[in-house]
Amino acid sequence: MRHLIDITDLTVQEIDELIATAEDIIANPARYAEVCHGRKLATLFFEPSTRTRLSFEAAMLDLGGKTLGFADAATSSASKGETVGDTVRVVSCYADIIAMRHPKEGAPYAAAQVATVPIINAGDGGHNHPTQTLTDLLTIHRERGSLDNFTIGFCGDLKFGRTVHSLVAALSRCKGIKFVFISPPELRIPDYVKENTLDPLGLPYTEVESMEDAMPELDVLYMTRVQKERFFNEADYLRLRDTYILDPEKLSAAKPEMRILHPLPRVNEITVDVDKDPRACYFKQVANGKFVRMALIMKLLEVHA
Amino acid sequence: MNIDSIHNGYVLDHIKAGRSMDIYRYLKLNELDCSVAIIKNVKSNKMGKKDIIKIDSLIDLDLTVLGYIDPGITINIIRDGQLLEKKPLELPKRIVNIIRCKNPRCITVAEPQLDAIFLLSHKANGKRTYRCAYCDTEHSR
Repeated sequence: MRHLIDITDLTVQEIDELIATAEDIIANPARYAEVCHGRKLATLFFEPSTRTRLSFEAAMLDLGGKTLGFADAATSSASKGETVGDTVRVVSCYADIIAMRHPKEGAPYAAAQVATVPIINAGDGGHNHPTQTLTDLLTIHRERGSLDNFTIGFCGDLKFGRTVHSLVAALSRCKGIKFVFISPPELRIPDYVKENTLDPLGLPYTEVESMEDAMPELDVLYMTRVQKERFFNEADYLRLRDTYILDPEKLSAAKPEMRILHPLPRVNEITVDVDKDPRACYFKQVANGKFVRMALIMKLLEVHA
Repeated sequence: MNIDSIHNGYVLDHIKAGRSMDIYRYLKLNELDCSVAIIKNVKSNKMGKKDIIKIDSLIDLDLTVLGYIDPGITINIIRDGQLLEKKPLELPKRIVNIIRCKNPRCITVAEPQLDAIFLLSHKANGKRTYRCAYCDTEHSR
Protein backbone atom coordinates (compact mmCIF):
# COMPACT_ATOMS: atom_id res chain seq x y z
CA MET A 1 0.00 0.00 0.00
CA ARG A 2 1.35 3.43 -0.99
CA HIS A 3 0.58 6.88 0.37
CA LEU A 4 1.36 10.29 -1.13
CA ILE A 5 2.48 12.55 1.71
CA ASP A 6 5.38 14.34 0.07
CA ILE A 7 6.00 14.70 -3.67
CA THR A 8 9.31 12.87 -3.24
CA ASP A 9 7.34 9.76 -2.26
CA LEU A 10 7.02 9.39 -6.04
CA THR A 11 10.03 8.68 -8.23
CA VAL A 12 10.67 10.82 -11.30
CA GLN A 13 9.62 7.84 -13.42
CA GLU A 14 6.34 7.50 -11.51
CA ILE A 15 5.62 11.21 -11.99
CA ASP A 16 6.29 10.80 -15.72
CA GLU A 17 3.87 7.85 -15.75
CA LEU A 18 1.17 9.87 -13.93
CA ILE A 19 1.56 12.70 -16.43
CA ALA A 20 1.30 10.22 -19.31
CA THR A 21 -1.84 8.66 -17.77
CA ALA A 22 -3.38 12.10 -17.23
CA GLU A 23 -2.68 13.00 -20.87
CA ASP A 24 -4.35 9.77 -21.96
CA ILE A 25 -7.38 10.47 -19.73
CA ILE A 26 -7.71 13.90 -21.37
CA ALA A 27 -7.56 12.30 -24.82
CA ASN A 28 -9.74 9.24 -24.05
CA PRO A 29 -12.00 9.95 -21.04
CA ALA A 30 -14.45 7.14 -21.90
CA ARG A 31 -11.74 4.50 -21.38
CA TYR A 32 -11.53 5.51 -17.71
CA ALA A 33 -15.19 6.12 -16.92
CA GLU A 34 -15.73 2.90 -14.93
CA VAL A 35 -12.25 1.88 -13.71
CA CYS A 36 -13.11 2.72 -10.07
CA HIS A 37 -16.63 1.31 -10.08
CA GLY A 38 -17.48 0.13 -6.56
CA ARG A 39 -14.63 2.11 -4.94
CA LYS A 40 -15.06 5.00 -2.49
CA LEU A 41 -12.91 8.08 -1.91
CA ALA A 42 -13.20 9.87 1.45
CA THR A 43 -12.35 13.57 1.43
CA LEU A 44 -11.41 14.66 4.96
CA PHE A 45 -11.04 18.42 4.83
CA PHE A 46 -10.25 19.86 8.25
CA GLU A 47 -9.56 23.20 6.53
CA PRO A 48 -11.60 25.06 3.88
CA SER A 49 -11.00 24.34 0.20
CA THR A 50 -12.89 24.76 -3.04
CA ARG A 51 -10.71 23.52 -5.87
CA THR A 52 -8.83 20.71 -4.24
CA ARG A 53 -11.81 18.99 -2.62
CA LEU A 54 -14.10 19.36 -5.62
CA SER A 55 -11.28 18.30 -7.90
CA PHE A 56 -10.75 15.08 -5.91
CA GLU A 57 -14.46 14.37 -5.83
CA ALA A 58 -14.90 15.10 -9.55
CA ALA A 59 -11.88 12.89 -10.27
CA MET A 60 -13.36 9.93 -8.40
CA LEU A 61 -16.81 10.43 -9.95
CA ASP A 62 -15.28 10.56 -13.45
CA LEU A 63 -13.55 7.24 -12.69
CA GLY A 64 -16.93 5.68 -11.86
CA GLY A 65 -16.37 5.67 -8.08
CA LYS A 66 -18.20 7.33 -5.22
CA THR A 67 -17.24 9.90 -2.60
CA LEU A 68 -17.98 10.67 1.03
CA GLY A 69 -16.45 12.94 3.64
CA PHE A 70 -16.62 16.34 5.30
CA ALA A 71 -15.59 19.82 4.25
CA ASP A 72 -15.24 21.45 7.63
CA ALA A 73 -13.59 20.21 10.84
CA ALA A 74 -16.52 21.67 12.79
CA THR A 75 -18.81 19.00 11.30
CA SER A 76 -16.45 16.11 12.18
CA SER A 77 -15.48 14.45 15.46
CA ALA A 78 -12.32 16.58 15.43
CA SER A 79 -14.52 19.25 17.02
CA LYS A 80 -15.01 16.84 19.95
CA GLY A 81 -11.27 16.41 20.33
CA GLU A 82 -10.77 13.25 18.28
CA THR A 83 -7.20 12.77 17.08
CA VAL A 84 -6.25 12.62 13.42
CA GLY A 85 -5.16 9.01 13.92
CA ASP A 86 -8.51 7.91 15.35
CA THR A 87 -10.46 9.72 12.63
CA VAL A 88 -8.40 8.03 9.95
CA ARG A 89 -8.70 4.58 11.56
CA VAL A 90 -12.48 5.00 11.51
CA VAL A 91 -12.68 6.30 7.94
CA SER A 92 -10.39 3.48 6.76
CA CYS A 93 -13.33 1.17 7.57
CA TYR A 94 -15.63 3.03 5.16
CA ALA A 95 -13.47 4.12 2.23
CA ASP A 96 -10.88 2.63 -0.13
CA ILE A 97 -8.71 5.76 -0.27
CA ILE A 98 -8.53 9.04 1.70
CA ALA A 99 -7.66 12.56 0.54
CA MET A 100 -6.95 14.70 3.57
CA ARG A 101 -6.36 18.40 4.18
CA HIS A 102 -5.40 19.62 7.63
CA PRO A 103 -4.21 22.97 9.03
CA LYS A 104 -1.49 21.30 11.11
CA GLU A 105 1.79 20.47 9.40
CA GLY A 106 2.53 16.75 9.29
CA ALA A 107 -1.06 15.65 9.98
CA PRO A 108 -1.18 13.43 6.83
CA TYR A 109 2.14 11.84 7.90
CA ALA A 110 0.56 11.04 11.28
CA ALA A 111 -2.51 9.66 9.48
CA ALA A 112 -0.39 7.43 7.26
CA GLN A 113 1.17 5.75 10.32
CA VAL A 114 -2.20 4.18 11.23
CA ALA A 115 -4.33 4.15 8.06
CA THR A 116 -5.22 0.84 6.43
CA VAL A 117 -6.02 2.52 3.09
CA PRO A 118 -3.87 4.92 1.01
CA ILE A 119 -3.63 8.51 2.30
CA ILE A 120 -3.22 11.44 -0.08
CA ASN A 121 -1.96 14.69 1.41
CA ALA A 122 -4.30 17.37 0.03
CA GLY A 123 -2.40 20.11 1.87
CA ASP A 124 -1.01 20.29 5.41
CA GLY A 125 -0.78 23.81 6.78
CA GLY A 126 2.06 25.76 5.20
CA HIS A 127 4.07 22.60 4.62
CA ASN A 128 3.31 20.50 1.51
CA HIS A 129 0.70 20.09 -1.20
CA PRO A 130 1.89 17.29 -3.50
CA THR A 131 -1.23 16.95 -5.67
CA GLN A 132 -1.05 20.66 -6.52
CA THR A 133 2.50 19.91 -7.60
CA LEU A 134 1.31 17.12 -9.89
CA THR A 135 -1.17 19.64 -11.30
CA ASP A 136 1.62 22.18 -11.82
CA LEU A 137 3.88 19.61 -13.45
CA LEU A 138 1.16 18.44 -15.84
CA THR A 139 0.46 22.07 -16.75
CA ILE A 140 4.13 22.88 -17.37
CA HIS A 141 4.50 19.67 -19.39
CA ARG A 142 1.46 20.46 -21.53
CA GLU A 143 2.53 24.06 -22.09
CA ARG A 144 6.25 23.51 -22.68
CA GLY A 145 6.30 19.91 -23.92
CA SER A 146 8.91 18.92 -21.31
CA LEU A 147 9.84 19.29 -17.65
CA ASP A 148 13.51 20.03 -18.32
CA ASN A 149 15.70 23.07 -19.05
CA PHE A 150 13.88 26.22 -17.97
CA THR A 151 14.06 29.05 -15.46
CA ILE A 152 11.19 29.29 -12.99
CA GLY A 153 10.48 32.24 -10.72
CA PHE A 154 8.49 31.70 -7.54
CA CYS A 155 6.95 34.95 -6.32
CA GLY A 156 5.17 35.97 -3.11
CA ASP A 157 4.84 33.97 0.09
CA LEU A 158 7.58 31.40 -0.26
CA LYS A 159 7.76 30.74 3.49
CA PHE A 160 4.25 29.38 4.02
CA GLY A 161 3.56 28.56 0.36
CA ARG A 162 3.22 24.78 0.58
CA THR A 163 2.71 24.47 -3.17
CA VAL A 164 6.07 26.17 -3.70
CA HIS A 165 7.90 23.78 -1.36
CA SER A 166 6.49 20.72 -3.10
CA LEU A 167 7.09 22.04 -6.63
CA VAL A 168 10.70 22.95 -5.85
CA ALA A 169 11.26 19.42 -4.54
CA ALA A 170 9.76 17.92 -7.69
CA LEU A 171 11.60 20.16 -10.16
CA SER A 172 14.91 19.65 -8.37
CA ARG A 173 14.93 16.16 -9.86
CA CYS A 174 14.44 17.43 -13.42
CA LYS A 175 17.32 18.48 -15.68
CA GLY A 176 18.52 22.04 -16.23
CA ILE A 177 16.13 23.90 -13.90
CA LYS A 178 17.18 27.31 -12.56
CA PHE A 179 15.22 28.67 -9.59
CA VAL A 180 14.59 32.35 -8.85
CA PHE A 181 12.91 33.04 -5.48
CA ILE A 182 11.19 36.44 -5.39
CA SER A 183 9.93 37.42 -1.94
CA PRO A 184 10.21 39.96 0.86
CA PRO A 185 12.82 38.98 3.50
CA GLU A 186 10.08 37.88 5.93
CA LEU A 187 8.61 35.35 3.47
CA ARG A 188 11.76 33.77 2.05
CA ILE A 189 11.90 30.12 1.08
CA PRO A 190 12.55 28.03 4.26
CA ASP A 191 16.04 26.81 5.01
CA TYR A 192 14.92 23.20 4.96
CA VAL A 193 13.90 23.47 1.30
CA LYS A 194 17.37 24.75 0.46
CA GLU A 195 19.19 22.33 2.76
CA ASN A 196 17.21 19.21 1.90
CA THR A 197 16.57 19.84 -1.77
CA LEU A 198 18.71 22.42 -3.54
CA ASP A 199 22.07 22.49 -1.76
CA PRO A 200 22.79 18.72 -1.75
CA LEU A 201 22.29 18.65 -5.53
CA GLY A 202 24.21 21.89 -6.11
CA LEU A 203 21.25 23.37 -7.99
CA PRO A 204 21.43 27.01 -9.07
CA TYR A 205 19.09 29.43 -7.34
CA THR A 206 18.90 33.12 -6.53
CA GLU A 207 16.86 34.99 -3.93
CA VAL A 208 15.71 38.47 -4.94
CA GLU A 209 13.13 41.02 -3.85
CA SER A 210 12.30 42.66 -7.20
CA MET A 211 9.80 40.94 -9.48
CA GLU A 212 10.54 43.45 -12.26
CA ASP A 213 14.27 42.69 -12.28
CA ALA A 214 13.71 38.95 -12.45
CA MET A 215 10.92 38.99 -15.05
CA PRO A 216 12.94 39.04 -18.34
CA GLU A 217 14.81 35.79 -17.61
CA LEU A 218 11.80 33.69 -16.55
CA ASP A 219 10.26 30.89 -18.64
CA VAL A 220 7.67 30.16 -15.94
CA LEU A 221 6.39 32.57 -13.28
CA TYR A 222 4.72 30.85 -10.32
CA MET A 223 2.70 33.45 -8.40
CA THR A 224 1.40 32.80 -4.87
CA ARG A 225 -1.00 34.47 -2.50
CA VAL A 226 0.13 35.87 0.85
CA GLN A 227 -2.05 33.63 3.02
CA LYS A 228 -3.83 35.42 5.83
CA GLU A 229 -4.51 32.12 7.62
CA ARG A 230 -0.78 31.42 8.09
CA PHE A 231 -0.12 34.57 10.13
CA PHE A 232 -0.48 34.72 13.89
CA ASN A 233 -0.30 38.51 13.67
CA GLU A 234 -2.72 40.37 11.35
CA ALA A 235 -0.48 43.44 11.24
CA ASP A 236 2.26 41.35 9.55
CA TYR A 237 -0.25 40.06 7.00
CA LEU A 238 -1.52 43.54 6.17
CA ARG A 239 2.02 44.83 5.77
CA LEU A 240 3.05 42.06 3.36
CA ARG A 241 -0.06 41.21 1.35
CA ASP A 242 0.38 43.82 -1.40
CA THR A 243 4.12 43.34 -1.94
CA TYR A 244 3.75 41.81 -5.41
CA ILE A 245 0.95 42.51 -7.87
CA LEU A 246 1.32 41.20 -11.40
CA ASP A 247 -0.29 43.47 -13.98
CA PRO A 248 0.03 43.93 -17.76
CA GLU A 249 2.67 46.61 -17.34
CA LYS A 250 5.00 44.35 -15.36
CA LEU A 251 4.22 41.52 -17.77
CA SER A 252 5.43 43.63 -20.70
CA ALA A 253 9.03 42.83 -19.67
CA ALA A 254 8.41 39.06 -19.80
CA LYS A 255 9.27 36.67 -22.61
CA PRO A 256 6.41 36.16 -25.08
CA GLU A 257 6.45 32.42 -24.36
CA MET A 258 6.61 32.74 -20.56
CA ARG A 259 3.85 30.91 -18.69
CA ILE A 260 2.10 32.24 -15.57
CA LEU A 261 0.95 29.70 -13.00
CA HIS A 262 -0.87 30.23 -9.71
CA PRO A 263 -2.30 27.54 -7.41
CA LEU A 264 -5.35 29.74 -6.73
CA PRO A 265 -7.28 31.17 -4.99
CA ARG A 266 -5.93 34.56 -5.94
CA VAL A 267 -6.78 37.71 -4.06
CA ASN A 268 -5.13 40.68 -5.75
CA GLU A 269 -1.67 39.42 -6.66
CA ILE A 270 -2.66 38.99 -10.32
CA THR A 271 -4.94 41.68 -11.73
CA VAL A 272 -7.94 40.37 -13.67
CA ASP A 273 -6.79 42.01 -16.90
CA VAL A 274 -3.90 39.52 -16.98
CA ASP A 275 -6.43 36.69 -17.35
CA LYS A 276 -6.88 37.28 -21.08
CA ASP A 277 -3.12 37.24 -21.74
CA PRO A 278 -2.27 33.97 -23.54
CA ARG A 279 0.57 33.44 -21.07
CA ALA A 280 -1.91 33.07 -18.19
CA CYS A 281 -2.32 29.36 -17.42
CA TYR A 282 -3.89 29.32 -13.95
CA PHE A 283 -7.35 28.31 -15.06
CA LYS A 284 -5.85 25.59 -17.26
CA GLN A 285 -4.14 24.35 -14.07
CA VAL A 286 -7.54 23.90 -12.45
CA ALA A 287 -8.72 21.67 -15.29
CA ASN A 288 -5.47 19.71 -15.30
CA GLY A 289 -5.79 19.11 -11.55
CA LYS A 290 -8.75 16.80 -11.95
CA PHE A 291 -7.05 14.68 -14.61
CA VAL A 292 -3.82 14.18 -12.70
CA ARG A 293 -5.76 13.33 -9.53
CA MET A 294 -7.65 10.71 -11.54
CA ALA A 295 -4.29 9.24 -12.55
CA LEU A 296 -3.09 9.33 -8.92
CA ILE A 297 -6.21 7.66 -7.52
CA MET A 298 -5.82 4.89 -10.10
CA LYS A 299 -2.17 4.39 -9.20
CA LEU A 300 -2.75 4.23 -5.44
CA LEU A 301 -5.75 1.91 -5.85
CA GLU A 302 -3.73 -0.14 -8.34
CA VAL A 303 -6.46 -0.11 -10.97
CA HIS A 304 -5.88 0.09 -14.71
CA ALA A 305 -7.88 1.10 -17.76
CA MET B 1 35.82 3.92 45.47
CA ASN B 2 35.66 0.45 43.93
CA ILE B 3 33.02 -0.89 41.58
CA ASP B 4 33.34 -4.56 40.66
CA SER B 5 34.37 -5.20 37.07
CA ILE B 6 31.66 -6.78 34.96
CA HIS B 7 31.81 -10.18 33.25
CA ASN B 8 29.23 -9.73 30.52
CA GLY B 9 27.75 -6.32 29.79
CA TYR B 10 28.42 -2.75 28.75
CA VAL B 11 30.66 0.02 30.01
CA LEU B 12 29.63 3.44 28.76
CA ASP B 13 32.74 5.56 29.19
CA HIS B 14 33.69 9.20 28.57
CA ILE B 15 30.24 10.52 29.45
CA LYS B 16 30.35 14.25 30.07
CA ALA B 17 30.33 14.81 33.84
CA GLY B 18 26.78 15.29 35.04
CA ARG B 19 25.05 13.67 32.01
CA SER B 20 24.90 10.08 33.29
CA MET B 21 21.44 10.44 34.82
CA ASP B 22 20.10 11.79 31.49
CA ILE B 23 21.45 8.70 29.77
CA TYR B 24 20.02 6.49 32.53
CA ARG B 25 16.60 7.95 31.72
CA TYR B 26 16.94 7.91 27.90
CA LEU B 27 17.98 4.25 27.94
CA LYS B 28 15.30 3.41 30.55
CA LEU B 29 17.91 1.62 32.66
CA ASN B 30 15.54 1.79 35.63
CA GLU B 31 13.51 -0.93 33.91
CA LEU B 32 16.39 -3.46 33.97
CA ASP B 33 16.72 -6.31 36.47
CA CYS B 34 20.51 -6.48 36.27
CA SER B 35 23.03 -4.41 38.23
CA VAL B 36 23.62 -0.92 36.90
CA ALA B 37 26.36 1.29 38.32
CA ILE B 38 26.49 5.02 37.76
CA ILE B 39 29.85 6.48 38.59
CA LYS B 40 29.95 10.27 38.61
CA ASN B 41 32.81 12.74 38.53
CA VAL B 42 35.56 10.22 37.80
CA LYS B 43 38.96 11.87 37.28
CA SER B 44 39.97 11.81 33.61
CA ASN B 45 43.20 12.97 31.99
CA LYS B 46 41.33 13.78 28.77
CA MET B 47 38.14 15.30 30.16
CA GLY B 48 39.06 16.47 33.64
CA LYS B 49 35.93 14.81 35.02
CA LYS B 50 33.66 12.24 33.44
CA ASP B 51 30.81 9.89 34.25
CA ILE B 52 30.74 6.13 33.61
CA ILE B 53 27.79 3.72 33.49
CA LYS B 54 28.30 -0.05 33.90
CA ILE B 55 25.50 -2.42 32.93
CA ASP B 56 26.03 -5.98 34.17
CA SER B 57 24.25 -7.83 31.36
CA LEU B 58 24.43 -8.06 27.57
CA ILE B 59 20.79 -7.26 27.16
CA ASP B 60 19.41 -5.81 23.94
CA LEU B 61 19.85 -2.05 24.33
CA ASP B 62 19.17 0.56 21.67
CA LEU B 63 22.37 2.50 22.07
CA THR B 64 22.03 4.49 18.84
CA VAL B 65 20.38 7.32 20.73
CA LEU B 66 23.66 7.90 22.58
CA GLY B 67 25.11 9.23 19.35
CA TYR B 68 22.57 12.04 19.51
CA ILE B 69 23.01 12.74 23.22
CA ASP B 70 26.81 12.77 23.18
CA PRO B 71 28.83 11.37 20.26
CA GLY B 72 31.97 11.46 22.49
CA ILE B 73 30.77 8.50 24.58
CA THR B 74 32.65 5.23 24.19
CA ILE B 75 30.68 1.98 24.35
CA ASN B 76 32.72 -1.00 25.54
CA ILE B 77 31.11 -4.40 25.12
CA ILE B 78 32.42 -6.95 27.61
CA ARG B 79 32.02 -10.71 27.14
CA ASP B 80 33.55 -13.34 29.48
CA GLY B 81 35.47 -10.60 31.26
CA GLN B 82 37.21 -9.50 28.04
CA LEU B 83 36.72 -6.37 25.96
CA LEU B 84 34.89 -7.75 22.92
CA GLU B 85 34.29 -4.52 21.02
CA LYS B 86 34.65 -0.77 21.31
CA LYS B 87 31.63 0.55 19.49
CA PRO B 88 32.10 3.86 17.70
CA LEU B 89 29.14 6.21 17.93
CA GLU B 90 27.63 8.06 15.05
CA LEU B 91 24.62 10.32 14.77
CA PRO B 92 21.53 8.10 14.39
CA LYS B 93 19.48 8.57 11.22
CA ARG B 94 16.23 8.56 13.22
CA ILE B 95 15.45 9.30 16.86
CA VAL B 96 12.08 8.70 18.47
CA ASN B 97 10.67 10.36 21.59
CA ILE B 98 13.95 11.93 22.65
CA ILE B 99 13.19 15.51 21.64
CA ARG B 100 9.92 17.28 20.80
CA CYS B 101 9.09 19.60 17.91
CA LYS B 102 8.71 23.25 18.87
CA ASN B 103 6.86 24.39 15.73
CA PRO B 104 3.44 25.55 16.97
CA ARG B 105 1.97 24.56 13.59
CA CYS B 106 3.17 20.94 13.88
CA ILE B 107 0.64 18.17 14.48
CA THR B 108 2.85 16.72 17.24
CA VAL B 109 2.34 19.91 19.26
CA ALA B 110 -1.45 19.71 18.86
CA GLU B 111 -1.43 15.95 19.54
CA PRO B 112 1.42 15.30 21.99
CA GLN B 113 0.63 11.58 22.26
CA LEU B 114 2.12 11.09 18.77
CA ASP B 115 5.65 9.67 18.60
CA ALA B 116 8.11 12.54 18.20
CA ILE B 117 10.19 11.37 15.23
CA PHE B 118 13.25 13.30 14.06
CA LEU B 119 15.40 12.51 11.03
CA LEU B 120 19.06 13.39 10.45
CA SER B 121 19.48 16.10 7.81
CA HIS B 122 22.64 17.39 6.15
CA LYS B 123 23.22 21.11 5.88
CA ALA B 124 25.13 22.82 3.07
CA ASN B 125 27.88 23.94 5.47
CA GLY B 126 28.68 20.31 6.27
CA LYS B 127 26.91 20.41 9.61
CA ARG B 128 24.22 17.92 10.47
CA THR B 129 20.95 18.60 12.17
CA TYR B 130 17.69 16.91 13.10
CA ARG B 131 14.37 17.77 11.47
CA CYS B 132 10.88 16.79 12.56
CA ALA B 133 9.61 13.94 10.35
CA TYR B 134 6.14 15.51 10.37
CA CYS B 135 6.81 19.19 9.58
CA ASP B 136 10.55 19.37 8.67
CA THR B 137 11.27 21.96 11.37
CA GLU B 138 14.88 21.95 12.53
CA HIS B 139 15.45 21.10 16.18
CA SER B 140 17.49 23.66 18.06
CA ARG B 141 19.07 22.48 21.29
